[in-house]
Amino acid sequence: MEALKAELKNKIITTLNLEDIAVEDIADNDALFGDGLGLDSIDALELIVILDKDYGIKLVDPKEGKTIFQSIESMAAYIQANRTK
Amino acid sequence: MTHNKTYIHDYCTIENNEIVLNGTSVFKMEPTIFADFSKQAYRNFDMQYPKFFKMDALSKLAFLGSELLLSPITSSDKENNIALVLANKSSSLDTDVKYQESISDKENYYPSPAVFVYTLPNICLGEISIRHQLKSENSFFIFEAFNTEFMSNYSNILLNLNKADMVLCGWVEFFNDNYKAFLCIISTEENTKYTNETINTLYNK
Repeated sequence: MEALKAELKNKIITTLNLEDIAVEDIADNDALFGDGLGLDSIDALELIVILDKDYGIKLVDPKEGKTIFQSIESMAAYIQANRTK
Repeated sequence: MTHNKTYIHDYCTIENNEIVLNGTSVFKMEPTIFADFSKQAYRNFDMQYPKFFKMDALSKLAFLGSELLLSPITSSDKENNIALVLANKSSSLDTDVKYQESISDKENYYPSPAVFVYTLPNICLGEISIRHQLKSENSFFIFEAFNTEFMSNYSNILLNLNKADMVLCGWVEFFNDNYKAFLCIISTEENTKYTNETINTLYNK
């Protein structure tokens, strides 16, 4: 689980071009949107692509995203429970 | 319509790894790719806008030039009625090609929303508008070459019809790491700095 969280932080920084943010700057329970990392709606779509491309998870109901993408912790837990690759 | 004389106030040129503001070189690097040049320029001017790193090359080019011209004159506590009128030759082709390449493998088909949103040239106007909270007129034109007469006339009409207090007008061309930006601020407020200059003469300097 810890390795998956670190992997997710790296992927998010690289894919979303968070140039001035390091892995150490993101706590497991930090909010990814709003006052936390400040991600936007396009970033949310990129996170959906990451789930599909890297973990074989297709989000059927976009509303689920709000819970899944709350933090690195919630994202990692969802991936661990649902990944197909 | 009253035909007030219009004046160029400030201008900025970005090409060949150099940024020239009002005729003075303000940032220059040894030859490098635009991705590196634009990042170093952003850091040099301490622009403090992380969304910059998410932009495509065309938007970064337009953003860098507009930032140097608009930051000194815009304010977050008042409405800034500054119209944006930009043009180029290659539209958003640089990003279009990258996007097309990213979806060409049917076995690995994961279109990137973050790349797709930049497959229109006028997105760079949106980026500038968001940065400076502009709710003003904006237009992006595609020409074979910089049509200074058209751009000047269009800007003058906006100013004379009171559609804008100022116009940020210019050329932002980017394709395959070849680029040139020329941006200038025009208004009806008298300015003696460039009385003998036109958009055309400044662009070709």
